[in-house]
Amino acid sequence: MSDIPQELKYTKSHEWVRVEEDGTLTVGITEHAQGLLGDMVFVELPEVGESYEAEQDCAVVESVKAASDIYCPVEGEVIEVNEELEDAPEQINVNAYHEGWIFRINPSNPDDVDNLMNADDYAALVEAEEH
Amino acid sequence: MPYIPHTSQEIAEMLSVIGVDSIEQLFDEIPPELRSDGLDNIPSRQSEMQVQRLLTEKSMQDGTPLCFAGGGAYEHHIPAAIWEIATRGEFYSAYTPYQAEASQGTLQVIYEFQTMIASLTGMDVSNASLYDGASALGEAVLMSVRANRKAKSKRIIMPATVSSVYRQVVATIVKHQGITLDIIDFDRANGTIDIDKLKQQSEPFAALVIPQPNYFGCMEDVHTLTDWAHEQGAMVIGLVNPVALALLEAPGNWGTQGVDIAVGEAQPLGIPLSSGGPYIGFMACKQKLVRQLPGRIVGRTVDLDGKPGFSLTLQAREQHIRRSKATSNICTNQGLMATATTLYLAFMGRDGLQKVAASCVQNTQALIDLLKISPGICFPFGTSVFHEFVITLPTDVEQVIEAMAEEDIVAGINISQYYAQDGLENALLICVTETRSPEDMAFFADTLNKVISDLTGGARK
Repeated sequence: MSDIPQELKYTKSHEWVRVEEDGTLTVGITEHAQGLLGDMVFVELPEVGESYEAEQDCAVVESVKAASDIYCPVEGEVIEVNEELEDAPEQINVNAYHEGWIFRINPSNPDDVDNLMNADDYAALVEAEEH
Repeated sequence: MPYIPHTSQEIAEMLSVIGVDSIEQLFDEIPPELRSDGLDNIPSRQSEMQVQRLLTEKSMQDGTPLCFAGGGAYEHHIPAAIWEIATRGEFYSAYTPYQAEASQGTLQVIYEFQTMIASLTGMDVSNASLYDGASALGEAVLMSVRANRKAKSKRIIMPATVSSVYRQVVATIVKHQGITLDIIDFDRANGTIDIDKLKQQSEPFAALVIPQPNYFGCMEDVHTLTDWAHEQGAMVIGLVNPVALALLEAPGNWGTQGVDIAVGEAQPLGIPLSSGGPYIGFMACKQKLVRQLPGRIVGRTVDLDGKPGFSLTLQAREQHIRRSKATSNICTNQGLMATATTLYLAFMGRDGLQKVAASCVQNTQALIDLLKISPGICFPFGTSVFHEFVITLPTDVEQVIEAMAEEDIVAGINISQYYAQDGLENALLICVTETRSPEDMAFFADTLNKVISDLTGGARK
């Protein structure tokens, strides 16, 4: 079973969300997702300053075998992107929950995060998908 | 692979296994009212001997006229070696391999093609080719809108000096993508893009298309135009003639930054005119844009044992992986044409191509000089040309073309049909390549003078 940190929130599309102290959200893809996709070769980061709706595709991760859309977990504005991924996309494979973070957003509505899954729900989702 | 016919016995066996009496019965599913009675004037069957005779007689009607027409496809000499090699069984396949890595020879030829195109255009990377120059321009327009996110614009500035046919093709390709093509006028005295009108543009745009040479054969001020477009935050698409590139500045060197995307028609590089096709489009771009490049791309790599080899690369752009978000619907290339083009460039080399281009320029100048002393013929544009130029006639251009045809000369292209509203009446676009001799050109000039004289009743200016 892949690592699913308790303190994070999760989406059905395998993004994880960390609520930072200042209320902004850091987003990446889970350990489970990076394992399925394989070695990362390229990340198309979102534009800083762009606003996205919940579940709107805003980034792309490309591995040796597939290109996968990343969806914005809640409505918000992108305030920072992880530019290190431009030269080292493999950070997503090596450390999905820390160095592999993809972007940070300012949520329009701070309560929206509560609609996302917790670690146990996500674990159940992964379990179900594997069968 | 040899032709494998079905014998009557094999056909009978198959019909028996299927459980029908005749091949006709296999079509019973189609409603009778949808069945066709056959084609008018086409017999249901003829022997190979009869068909050969029929087609020989038809082709004799074409004749072998002296060709002075260009307009996007050009008659150049094709060394016999090119098609002798390209028609070998190993190469003679029109299609792109899908089990690509098993076709190392094919991939290597494509890689060589890409290398030559990148070198000729002065760009970083080329794809494996597209269908033709016009659709390549369409793909470049789509690519520039995708790639130029900063401009936030779906507007393309398309000069009227780009072939009308190319503009129609691009319009067809992009019209459902919400992309607008703003046509910018040409300067009536120069036959080039009206730069003053261009500089009056204030709305943002994604890209400017710059043809070189343009449809009139004239040289555009590519450095000024490229820098201006970049200053506006737009990308630049260079639409170029590959033979001309032997003498002209490569689009990768236009202005201070070079163009972002270079496209064109590679038919002049060893492909016969063959009534309009197949031709082959080329497309090259800067390294940072490579992920937006459509079409197949071959890359060089090493295998598990460290031995060099070739593979298809960056396939996540293509529709079999990226589906609706792919860079294009194209998932093939013009394999056979790319092979021939690569052979042509390898045979000619830099020197050979320069000689061809220089000969085109010289011959064109020679014909211009002959026609400059022809009464009644005017040269509307004062700009330097490569191997095509425009003249206006004192009488109906269509009649002139017909009269020249009776003397077995294809005199050129009536461009008034595309530019009448710009005051270019009775305008003829003439092309002279290295294939025309001094005798050909003297014959052309003499015949044209005679035709004009006959049609104007001998009236002279």
